[in-house]
Amino acid sequence: MADQRIVDGVLSGDRRMMARAISMIENEDKDKHRILSALFPHTGKAYVIGITGAPGAGKSSLVDRLLSILRSRGLTVGVIAVDPTSPFTGGAILGDRIRMQEHALDKDVFIRSMGTRGSLGGLSRATKDAIQVLDASGKDVVVVETVGVGQSEVDIIKYADTTLVVLTPAGGDSVQTIKAGIMEIADVFVVNKADLPGADRTVAEINIMLDLGGATRPWRPPIVRTVTIDGSGTDEMYAAILRHSEYLKESGNLERLRKERTRRDVVDLIEYRIKSTVWEQVHGSPEFDDVVARIVSRETDPYSAALQILRQVNLDRCKE
Amino acid sequence: MCQNSGLAEISRARQEWEEEVGKLPARQQKFMTVSSVPVKALYTPEDIRDLDYMKDLNFPGSYPYTRGVQKNMYRGRLWTMRQFSGFATAKESNERYRYLLSQGQTGLSVAFDMPTIMGYDSDHPRAFGEVGRVGVAIDSLDDMETLFSQIPLDKITTSMTINAPAAVLWCLYIATAEKQGVPPHKLGGTIQNDILKEYIAQKSWIFPPEPSLRLITDIFAFAAQHVPKWNTVSISGYHIREAGSTAVQELAFTLADGFAYVEAGIAAGLDVDTFAPRLSFFFNSHMDFFEEIAKYRAARRIWARRMKEKYGAKDERSLLMRFHTQTAGCSLTAQQPENNIIRTAYEALAAVLGGTQSLHTNSMDEVLALPTEKAVRIALRTQQIIAEETGVANTIDPLAGSYFVEALTNQMEEECEKYFERIEAFGGVLPAIDAGFFQQEIADAAYRYQQEIEKKERIIVGVNEYVTDEELGIELLKIDPRIEEEQKARVRKVRETRDNIVCANRLEALRQAASGPDNLIPLILDAVRAYATEGEIIQVFRDVFGTYKEKPIF
Amino acid sequence: MGERKIRVLVAKPGLDGHDRGAKVVARALRDAGMEVVYTGLHQTPEQVVEAAIQEDVDIIGLSILSGAHMTIFPRICELLKENSAGDIMVIGGGIIPEEDIRELISNGNASAIFTPGTATSEIVDWIREAMREKVSHKEGVS
Repeated sequence: MADQRIVDGVLSGDRRMMARAISMIENEDKDKHRILSALFPHTGKAYVIGITGAPGAGKSSLVDRLLSILRSRGLTVGVIAVDPTSPFTGGAILGDRIRMQEHALDKDVFIRSMGTRGSLGGLSRATKDAIQVLDASGKDVVVVETVGVGQSEVDIIKYADTTLVVLTPAGGDSVQTIKAGIMEIADVFVVNKADLPGADRTVAEINIMLDLGGATRPWRPPIVRTVTIDGSGTDEMYAAILRHSEYLKESGNLERLRKERTRRDVVDLIEYRIKSTVWEQVHGSPEFDDVVARIVSRETDPYSAALQILRQVNLDRCKE
Repeated sequence: MCQNSGLAEISRARQEWEEEVGKLPARQQKFMTVSSVPVKALYTPEDIRDLDYMKDLNFPGSYPYTRGVQKNMYRGRLWTMRQFSGFATAKESNERYRYLLSQGQTGLSVAFDMPTIMGYDSDHPRAFGEVGRVGVAIDSLDDMETLFSQIPLDKITTSMTINAPAAVLWCLYIATAEKQGVPPHKLGGTIQNDILKEYIAQKSWIFPPEPSLRLITDIFAFAAQHVPKWNTVSISGYHIREAGSTAVQELAFTLADGFAYVEAGIAAGLDVDTFAPRLSFFFNSHMDFFEEIAKYRAARRIWARRMKEKYGAKDERSLLMRFHTQTAGCSLTAQQPENNIIRTAYEALAAVLGGTQSLHTNSMDEVLALPTEKAVRIALRTQQIIAEETGVANTIDPLAGSYFVEALTNQMEEECEKYFERIEAFGGVLPAIDAGFFQQEIADAAYRYQQEIEKKERIIVGVNEYVTDEELGIELLKIDPRIEEEQKARVRKVRETRDNIVCANRLEALRQAASGPDNLIPLILDAVRAYATEGEIIQVFRDVFGTYKEKPIF
Repeated sequence: MGERKIRVLVAKPGLDGHDRGAKVVARALRDAGMEVVYTGLHQTPEQVVEAAIQEDVDIIGLSILSGAHMTIFPRICELLKENSAGDIMVIGGGIIPEEDIRELISNGNASAIFTPGTATSEIVDWIREAMREKVSHKEGVS
């Protein structure tokens, strides 16, 4: 059947089927859960690297460099590059590939661009599932690149084993303006465009912030300086990723991290199932519009109305 | 400027007039130039109240050269009618050149094919399908000798539209002249050699900006010593405009590039007056007649002022902005292509009234294919009609003193200065390129222009109004696909018949020098004399310099 | 549930850098709610096809102004078929003479070609219509 063809295709590394599977995830296809279930036993092997930072920080160029380094060590790589979807039109221009096209013909590299879309399952859900597809296809490393603005991007990065936060000396995206939430998720800081004036100051600012925030942290994120034009510092960046992965393994944190993540996944999935079941039955129905009208006119209150609706919803459906 | 009645009186009268006009119906909600700049219904002495004739305009050939760079302009000599052409192989292009010269054209302008522009030999896999398509394929000295066969290089001037690999093509030209017995100091012409606008708009880059600028300053230094009559860079707004910029953006970004080259030359230890006189410019001429004329006038004034005041140029020739103009390819339409003859004529007229030094008029069919001989002839005749029949070349800068044109010229200068400030805030042209500033400005302008057309806020005849369904009645030039195979065979034969040991040694010497500080031109010349191919030389540079990648900007 | 977004790969094959048209079209498709994957300049047919497969796009839009259209379109279609991705539609724009357009379309090497002066809304409409037909065709079969 169609599902089985896709599962077999993904497991054998068929690029067309991998791409199809990711589209089904993005499109919230009804068969996606069956496919992901079938793929699950084959996942858990890929190491996931997240890269985030302000627009124009040079993330895609760093991913391009990282791809070269990983490939030179014989590792197969999947890349998920996330770009924002326009909230007004629902469209997106996904341009991260431009920097990575040199790797387009390498059969051991698979690059996929995703728009943030804002689907019901949430972007982090779709990204997480896309990581599973790449993992199941046998990729040794999966790199997830996303713009570091907003909560949904931070959520994506939570699926990474090692997270790189990219800053630049220029352009006013100095440490203060980066959202606190993003600074906290960094396992490695990358100061890109380090040949520009102001790089020393950026490094100093990160150090001050680390001194203030995380004196008790067992892993102090290293700061590496890179210049993507000539690739300088990118080997050091890779070395820092390796050190962090060693640390995770030796400290037992990797296992802890993955267990915690699994717990959250299951909870997320339960929530997601309930939410989408309710939504399917309620959204756009004339009854629901009617209830809303009655709340607005103070004939009833939202608390009672919610209970009332829940009683009417067929929750058995989310167990199918 | 206007003394017979006072400004106060004019102002009062204008207000009255405006009140009355305000009551009358207007055929459009807003009136704007092709660059979306609002245009007033009327311009009066009030709009140029601060204009100082001697300071802002002066006489032709005098600082700040607003009225023209020569004292007698077209009364002495008409502009150079220089039609850009080249296609297929060197042999075919050579025949076209000799035809054009026999038809009264006074200078050559070489169009290269894309593999040549991007530094690939015709047999490189990347060249697949593109050999000889949009210009002539040049792989080695062998092709260059054929291209200029029976054309005496000491008698004509040649302009070559080549950028990233400009140093190599220039050396091929010098070596070809040597074979004809013409020494370098007798050569005249231009290489475009403007890499900055490639990153900004035209996007035919190969190497990153820094090594590209080093090749350019090497050319400056070598030309100053050995090829003194050569225009070493043609700082180009043409492509910026074609990519969708406004007139002001074209002007501001082009001038900013020009100043960046001046700064690069000074930083390389050259005295500004040794290389600045050989800098030339290349502008677009779009459909908005007065806006274009104002652009050329403002360009001369801004360049002269900055060169004198900011860069301390002392040689008068360093202050002169000499420029070539090409009518706007992007204004041509595929629909009713004969209409393009008329568009081109108006654009050409604007360039002449703006005081251009040379001019290319587009052929009506260029939006569909490479031009046919007939279309090229009509385009050239368009210039000849302007020169000989319209009378516009009889007097210099005839639109000076027009309230509108002078106000627009001032406005152009002011808007330019604002852009200079914004570029400066990035730390100069290179950081602004890196930040995607120019690219974003142009992309936004291009998109706005397209939206205006689709909303019919802008009418393009034959496209969104006055549309007809008639079949295309014109004949198109076809390039024979066999040409690619022929050219591949030629370059392979060159590699087989040359002395490969000498060639390899010279390429190795070039490779060594490329990572050091020495001027690379003499080494490139040695390599081309040994029939090293363009692709081989560029590959050496790719290895040493690396390659550039574009920014994702929409 | 969830919506099926139209995904389009906009590519500039060939060596020229004239990306004004490609970028204006990319922006217009985005504004029409589509997802546009842009691969940048100087792409080989192999790179275009590989990106189209990995990105699982519905349509490839090629912008060609270098005169190489008669070699690039057939090559891309051939590669798509080799990779069992012949269902991805190929459309294009650029300086392409009428005669060549007719030949490309009748040989199945392009589904539509838009010449300079085409309104972006026309391209958007064409894509939407083509996608509707594709979807209804699929549903009819299964």
